[in-house]
Amino acid sequence: MALKFRGVDYLEFDSLLSDDERLVRDTARRFIEDNLIPIIEQCNREGRFPRELVKPMADLGFFGASLHGYGCAGMSNVEYGLVTQELERGDSGVRSFVSVQSALVMYPIFAFGSKEQKQTWLPAMQKGEKLGCFGLTEPDFGSNPGGMRTRARKSGKEYVLNGEKMWITSGSIADVAVIWAKVEDEGNKIRGFLVESDRPGFRAEDIHGKWSLRASVTSSLSLQDVHIPEANLLPGSGGLGSPLKCLNQARYGIAWGAIGAAMACYDCALQYSIFRKQFHDAPIASRQLVQEKLAWMISEITKAQLLVLQVGRLKDNEKVGPQHISMAKRNNVWMALECARMARDILGANGVADEYPIMRHMMNLESVKTYEGTHDIHTLIIGQSITGIDAF
Amino acid sequence: MKILVCMKQVPQKDAPLKLNEAGTWIREDVSYEVNEPDAFALEEALRQKEKHGGEVVAITAGPARSQQVLREALAKGADRAIHLEDAGFVGLDALNVARALAAAIKDEQFDLIFTGLQSDDQGYAQTGVVLAELLGWPHATIIMQIERTGDGIRVKRELEAGFFQFVDMPLPAVLTIQSGINKLRYATLIGIKQAKNKPMRKVTMAEVQPALGPNLQKVERLHVPQKTRNTEFLEGAPAEIAKKLVDKLRNEARVL
Repeated sequence: MALKFRGVDYLEFDSLLSDDERLVRDTARRFIEDNLIPIIEQCNREGRFPRELVKPMADLGFFGASLHGYGCAGMSNVEYGLVTQELERGDSGVRSFVSVQSALVMYPIFAFGSKEQKQTWLPAMQKGEKLGCFGLTEPDFGSNPGGMRTRARKSGKEYVLNGEKMWITSGSIADVAVIWAKVEDEGNKIRGFLVESDRPGFRAEDIHGKWSLRASVTSSLSLQDVHIPEANLLPGSGGLGSPLKCLNQARYGIAWGAIGAAMACYDCALQYSIFRKQFHDAPIASRQLVQEKLAWMISEITKAQLLVLQVGRLKDNEKVGPQHISMAKRNNVWMALECARMARDILGANGVADEYPIMRHMMNLESVKTYEGTHDIHTLIIGQSITGIDAF
Repeated sequence: MKILVCMKQVPQKDAPLKLNEAGTWIREDVSYEVNEPDAFALEEALRQKEKHGGEVVAITAGPARSQQVLREALAKGADRAIHLEDAGFVGLDALNVARALAAAIKDEQFDLIFTGLQSDDQGYAQTGVVLAELLGWPHATIIMQIERTGDGIRVKRELEAGFFQFVDMPLPAVLTIQSGINKLRYATLIGIKQAKNKPMRKVTMAEVQPALGPNLQKVERLHVPQKTRNTEFLEGAPAEIAKKLVDKLRNEARVL
């Protein structure tokens, strides 16, 4: 039995939003309800990315929504966050796709790219005509990206790239990859390069056997003597700070997205607990142990909403620090995963079947908890910001 | 064509409703949305504009919160909006709402005025019809389809029992639009941004007050239906029970 999502607002959270913010949220919610919810369980079963939604999502302005110009919507950070929340209420994989396109590809082109690069890529990516991926993580370098082995060597008016990238969302469907590499001629400084996926020597292989984010594409990238013109260097990029700035954008979206997944699990468990009867023909919602779980979930979701809204308001006022975003990402993904587990318990055996969305969200959130900075790495970022001592 | 779309903000369909203290209406602290039939009226107006050119103007009467429906209309593609802004408009009957709307647009020259078939909250289905009468324009209700014919229009009305009626009408005219006649578009994120720069004219209660009269219709008291559960056992031979059951379904439950 499919249960219709009813939204979650315990503490009049909506009263903290403007009319426009609510309209953005409601639009995204309706779009997901109409277009993703009917197909997502099948996509998840088949391990298929719903590519047919790329164009409709582009038409609504979901890609690069918080960027200004180039056909982008120029949303505030709070509005952008509400969109990612609704996307992830549908599925973390689809939200990941949008995050990568927007925060990890369009954003670095916007922030570090040349005029020509912006003109070439941003309008086409906003329209969904071109897709992108972000190559930072390597097989041996996850939490410590600074150790990367991918190298770029200047050769005349070209750069030659060599290296391996791993766990790359949208890798094999991307038209362009933002590749982070150490530049040998610049004292191994990390810089970003735009590598078109049809360049000789560039290969993307999908990673199969994932039990998580099955509705999005995850690939490994191999670059063997890939020649790119020097104009493909992102001129404004320099040092590890550049990719970390991109990750900050994406982590911010994840902090909102996780609330969406938590809402889906909570609302499903709440509705289920009211119609499921056990012992004396009484709903399981009448049991203290079930109420404790529901009360925990709604409390944590509400706290997470307030946390990320404040982070969003700070970001809109250009006052946010990476440590604030770490707090929101760390807390919200953790609480979402806990909500998924509790919701699974409440549904009993039904909780593991894909008639309900809970197990899918739970498996997705296992990835979300450790990507874009693991839960533990975010702990260390917060630790560093309050003690001034680096514990990495 | 210049089309005015009358829109209303109503409580969200699934919102739990509580009565106000006087028991005359619901408490204000619920979530609101665009009255669904009005959303279809807006969509039809936007489609007519895409086909024939012109202008789409959205109008509503209600307190500050009701601006939400105008912003949504502007985000979806309406060109401008008119807001009769006052909490007092909530308590008006259909005749006075129509009078207020007519007064607010007296200097405008519309070819068509659309309203939704009825509102999801009060469900009078009168405002559009009364507005037509006040303006001295022809009207048609429960419209499924609108086609331009020379200098007029041909509309398809829904009648009962699966019958339809086609009517040729001159312009200007008022049409009340049936739900479900088209597929609603989404407001795009760009549209939501651009809506901020579209004109919104505010009309105060004082401006339209001279046109209003006393309410002829008033909600005196709302009652929450009592939940009752009544099980009745029919007894006798099977044929007899079946006969009693049919009688009850036909005459008491009225479902046959």
